Amino acid sequence: MSTDPRPGAPATDARPGSVVTAEPPGDEGHRRPRRSRPDESPARRYGAGFLAKLALMAVVDAFGVYVVWSAWVAGSWVILGAMVAMLLVANWVYFSRRTVPLKYVLPGLVFLFTFQVFTIAYTGWVAFTNYGDGHNSTKEDAVAALLVQNERRVEGSPSMPLTVVADGDQLGFAVVQPDGTTAVGDADDPLTTVDATVTDGRVAAVDGWEVLDRQQVLERQDEVTNLRVPVSDDAADGSVRTTDARTGYVYTSALVYDEAADTMTDTTTGTVYTPNDSGQFEAADGSTLAVGWRVFVGFDNFTQAFSDSRYAGPFLQVVIWTFVFAIASVGTTFLLGMFLATVFNTPIRGRKVYRTLLILPYAIPGFVAPLLWSGLLNRSFGFVNQVLLGGAAIPWLTDPWLAKLSLIGVNLWLGFPYMFLICTGALQSLPGDVMEAAKIDGASRWRTWRSVTMPLLLVSTAPLLISSFAFNFNNFALVYMLTGGGPRFEDASVPLGHTDILITMVYSVAGLDGNAPKNFGLASALSIVIFVIIATISAVAFRRTRALEEIN
Amino acid sequence: MTATTLPTTARPVSPRRRRSAGRWFAEVGWRHVVGVVFVVYAVFPIVYVLSASLSENGTLTGSNQLFDSVSTANYAALADTRFWEWTANSVKVAVATAIGTVLMGAAAAYAFSRFRFAGRRAGLTTLLVLQMFPQMLAFVAIFLLLISLGEVVPALGLNSHVALVCVYLGGALGVNTFLMYGFFNTIPRELDEAAKIDGATHAQTYWTIILRLVTPILAVVALLSIISTFGEFVIARVLLQSEANWTLAVGLYSWVSSLLEANWGLFAAGAVISTLPVLALFLFLQKYIVGGLTAGSVKG
Repeated sequence: MSTDPRPGAPATDARPGSVVTAEPPGDEGHRRPRRSRPDESPARRYGAGFLAKLALMAVVDAFGVYVVWSAWVAGSWVILGAMVAMLLVANWVYFSRRTVPLKYVLPGLVFLFTFQVFTIAYTGWVAFTNYGDGHNSTKEDAVAALLVQNERRVEGSPSMPLTVVADGDQLGFAVVQPDGTTAVGDADDPLTTVDATVTDGRVAAVDGWEVLDRQQVLERQDEVTNLRVPVSDDAADGSVRTTDARTGYVYTSALVYDEAADTMTDTTTGTVYTPNDSGQFEAADGSTLAVGWRVFVGFDNFTQAFSDSRYAGPFLQVVIWTFVFAIASVGTTFLLGMFLATVFNTPIRGRKVYRTLLILPYAIPGFVAPLLWSGLLNRSFGFVNQVLLGGAAIPWLTDPWLAKLSLIGVNLWLGFPYMFLICTGALQSLPGDVMEAAKIDGASRWRTWRSVTMPLLLVSTAPLLISSFAFNFNNFALVYMLTGGGPRFEDASVPLGHTDILITMVYSVAGLDGNAPKNFGLASALSIVIFVIIATISAVAFRRTRALEEIN
Repeated sequence: MTATTLPTTARPVSPRRRRSAGRWFAEVGWRHVVGVVFVVYAVFPIVYVLSASLSENGTLTGSNQLFDSVSTANYAALADTRFWEWTANSVKVAVATAIGTVLMGAAAAYAFSRFRFAGRRAGLTTLLVLQMFPQMLAFVAIFLLLISLGEVVPALGLNSHVALVCVYLGGALGVNTFLMYGFFNTIPRELDEAAKIDGATHAQTYWTIILRLVTPILAVVALLSIISTFGEFVIARVLLQSEANWTLAVGLYSWVSSLLEANWGLFAAGAVISTLPVLALFLFLQKYIVGGLTAGSVKG
């Protein structure tokens, strides 16, 4: 380590660097005789490259320090830890000489780990929790939220003339208490009695605070109405709030949290709530409080998908349809693509033009094609019904079976050019002597195709067929844009439909578009199920295709 | 099946051939029939959308007569919408992602191709396995991650293009490294060694020698990245929340998902505009894209 250039001392090292480039071996050897092996000397020249690296690392470090600092302020310890670790690794990698390969891989790795490896792991973790609506945060946050949400104005509490004051950005209230004394406080510091100038029964000036005028109060209206100034250090005493910025009332929470016993008590009814296993406060009669927290629920999410009556039925249908859709998609596109590739594998006039026109659908952006087809297939006004079928009102996208057919059909249009391309490529690379041998042996054209061409074609395209299967298994954009998963299951209480595949089911269940309550736990569990299915099929299929390859 | 109907029309196409019409049809003619049928199938929706975009009224019903009117009203109307903002967003995100993908992918491929280090094989295998887990599957986790990141660094939170690019870059390494790795391996190592003997550092070799020689694959990867990012929908929809920040995919979807009738003309015009550059690029660079696609099909 001692021979490594210290990152802290670049300026002094950088200047002799330019001299070094002029006469490298002598100077280098003179300074550090032990390490004058010729393959190492270039790395010690502190030329433009080193300066560029230094500048880049300075930017990276500055950004890192900024993130660490903001994470500290925000209290995000995981992000803070991860960032510190990343900074240490980055500085070590780029200022050490033993990590040359890592210097090239690290930038990619950082993104790969943060946005793919971590998110996969996080998906796995969320799948085992009840993360979702009503269970969004930690228990501490849930307790605080419950106390605030259940605050009510204390029955018959006196109104206090109130003035909004500010200390820099911090807002506070100055009030004239019922006994005539004046007090001031803000969100963090409870009301304390202070001397203040009172005019018209209201605080007009107070030391250390700036009194806001009407205009300023209006500008920060939301802040003012959300501000709670605790009455005293004891949370049970409640807080002062205002709705009109002129009068304050004492609010106390109807709930009381007993930290020692870990119970919530409703002071109006006397009901005692205790925490249960699913991350909620539960009373003896089974009623629960609205805000819960995240807990580890084990395999509940997985069993819910298979056994909960709301999900089990649709889930099974969705799984079956996902397989049917993926297999049919690969099958139809491959057959058509291969057929066309075979047709145009002999030199005919205009072959190039045909090929170019045939692959056009492949060049259409993925979001245009399904939307375009959804218009073409529209029941009342679409081109297919109106023009091609002469005004028939065929419910292409709204009948369960026709919608499935339409999906496969549209996917055929979208997908066959790709298969056509790869089959053409594969056909052109087939060895000619094998064909000739078959011809000499007297095989018919059909026989040659079936016994020679087809197996060889499958060998080279099988890996692509597998990845095509995996792609169609998750072909979110097509399903979501063409049918939106619809038509809906009539009997289901969850927003799922006949053409939903697993990935669109994940999207619906996650509730990110606001059509259903958020259930991140279940959605993540379904993601894991999809991953396991795809991984298994890919692994098995790759093994089988290796067997196919032995033929070659 | 349709083959029997066309020999008479197809005959004049090749008057010079000396074989009989029947034989000609059995060997070549039917291929033209198949070709024409499927070209119509492939091209008709594209012709339709072009016609709809040029139609005077912007409804689905009004677009059913192909090219009965030609007006640029729909294109002009795009100026009153957020269309061009979305286009700018899409281009920005796609270009930034492509640059990042190429830089990171090429560097990783160089390391895997030229250095022998502990964990090299394991690294390559891990990349192959990770490739099987589409990033899209983890969109819930990505959403939650960005909420947390956004609390610390707002620029990396939800609704930010920088964050979207970062997410795309996270999925870029797995897909592209192999494509580049194969190409890097075809560059003779003797070149590196010669440079080393001449006193070049590994960084100099990489930036001034290797990167120049692998430019074709860099172009292919950049292009594939631009096309796929441009068309990406799921993650963009989950992450981008305010309308001004949407990409084209999310924006155009919003036009036709709710009110199919009202915005059809706008959609058609927008679809044509967003398709043309991609189509042009694709046709222009067809050869390379096809090469890139099939490169992955040959298993090592």
